[in-house]
Amino acid sequence: MSHVWIWLEQFQGKIPSIVWETMGVARRLADALGTGVTAVWIGGTIADQAEEAIAMGADVVQVVEHPALADFRFEPYLAVLTRLAKEGAPRAILMGSTARGRELAGGLAAELGTATLVDALEVSVEDGRVIVVRPIYEGKLFARAYVERSPAILTIRGRAFPKPDPDPGRKGEIRRVSVELDPSVFSTEVLEWIQEAEGEISLNEARIVVGGGRGVGGPEGFEPLRELARALGAALGATRAVVDAGWIPYKYQVGQTGKTISPDLYIACGISGAIQHLSGLRGVKVIVAINKDPEAPIFKVARYGVVDDLFRIVPALTAELRRRGLAKG
Amino acid sequence: MHIVVPIKQTPDTTAALTVDASGRISWGDAPLIVNPWDEFAIEESLRLKEKFGGKVTVITLGPESAKEALKQAVAMGCDEAILLHDPAFEGSDAVVTAAILAAAIRKLGAVDLVFMGKESVDGNSAQVPPALARRLGWPLLAYVGKIREVDPAGRTIVVERILEEGRQVVRAPLPAVLSAMQMNEPRYPSFMGIRKAARMQIQVWNAADLGLSPEQVGAAASAARWPAVFAPPRQEVQCEFIQGESPEEIARLLVDRLLAEKVL
Repeated sequence: MSHVWIWLEQFQGKIPSIVWETMGVARRLADALGTGVTAVWIGGTIADQAEEAIAMGADVVQVVEHPALADFRFEPYLAVLTRLAKEGAPRAILMGSTARGRELAGGLAAELGTATLVDALEVSVEDGRVIVVRPIYEGKLFARAYVERSPAILTIRGRAFPKPDPDPGRKGEIRRVSVELDPSVFSTEVLEWIQEAEGEISLNEARIVVGGGRGVGGPEGFEPLRELARALGAALGATRAVVDAGWIPYKYQVGQTGKTISPDLYIACGISGAIQHLSGLRGVKVIVAINKDPEAPIFKVARYGVVDDLFRIVPALTAELRRRGLAKG
Repeated sequence: MHIVVPIKQTPDTTAALTVDASGRISWGDAPLIVNPWDEFAIEESLRLKEKFGGKVTVITLGPESAKEALKQAVAMGCDEAILLHDPAFEGSDAVVTAAILAAAIRKLGAVDLVFMGKESVDGNSAQVPPALARRLGWPLLAYVGKIREVDPAGRTIVVERILEEGRQVVRAPLPAVLSAMQMNEPRYPSFMGIRKAARMQIQVWNAADLGLSPEQVGAAASAARWPAVFAPPRQEVQCEFIQGESPEEIARLLVDRLLAEKVL
């Protein structure tokens, strides 16, 4: 029986939350199609991640371990997945809509002669067919789409689906698989890692994001926002204008040509609300805007607004969270 | 170096979009532009040309009107421009688009680098770069935030790829396929460039020119199906303005609201 497959993306052995959210989707799809879930681990030495995958919903875990596969590289990872998929004939292959997930998805579609639907916000089964709703045109429109051939390759938008609760009692099978790879797939070489996000909450996974725009006035203007972010256990974000001005690095940029985020709460400080910034905020549940200008477009998408100086309000907010014992750091 | 930049013509990102009953997308009077992600690839390619010599060829798959996007790229400094146009190309999905681009790149002969935006602002899929790399059989360096070094003689390139956890520094042999993040500030077209673009006769290649048969391209060859496009459910947001005598009072009222919303 053709299973629904999921690629267990990992970074230095750690599996990010988006993969488990995707596992929840894979499980639901498999149940609707009357089949099982096969998870594929590719990497260096595996520890307890296979058991974790079973607890999260996998029926079979295929483990491909090799020192040369410790670091993600497109060509060898793609070669492994392609080989396994040609043998296992999955019904669908799912992955998180991350940088690596998207590149592998596109490569797989080309290798298997099928197609990819990225950034799925909704996934359902109708008449045995996997139907996806995904945003296009920066989220201005939605498309309902499906893949006519097998396997359908899907990437799942982060924070669009709940992470399943692990069930340590679930039973599954762990299969160690060895894959012979042509040396030509190892033509690229990872020279080093520059880990910028260390000790910080990533914008992609954050439940709360504190964003700064031109209103912060300069690089040092981000300090009170950082304080608030620390108190909230939040990630820091920024508009393109302040990134272009060199006040804060590119990795913080939210919106068009930056990151698309979907936290529960976004606190926009000194952000006017240009459409290019707003396009990165379509998945946010609640937006709070703090801006001196009552006419700022950000108030049109905000649930709560404060028309005031952010340098008065933001520190007061941090202090209030601390006073009530709500602060995390 | 010969660098090929595949670009896409897209509606302006500030355009308001509508969908009619037949699912046709319209952007009213809004202008068509060069996909902003592709502009980063154009700029970076022009900088490589200025450093190492050679030429930059810009190609696009689209209707006759997509020549305007090619002219914009030429006005910025690209040397040659080719439109890939054939009624049979219509409805091509990312994998089929990649196959058409790959055929065009092979026809161009010796190419050292293919450099494109990481995704388009209309399709938002980021699937053409990896599919194109596979169709060409070249290494993929997607999500490039910086080119560290290029060695045209040794035929290698070192880039920084921007991934979720940080930057992965990778060396690859040339030729390779690169996709660009926001990695520079794209230049404006020069006066001389605009004149050159205005005079340029843009070559048009169709399926036969690329050695592709009608069943290898377009909707017939594509596995992705898009039965419906629609406006997302409107979330009516009414902004509640929080007012108070002091910042402390405003902060207290705001925290009350956020606790009630269960988002803290």
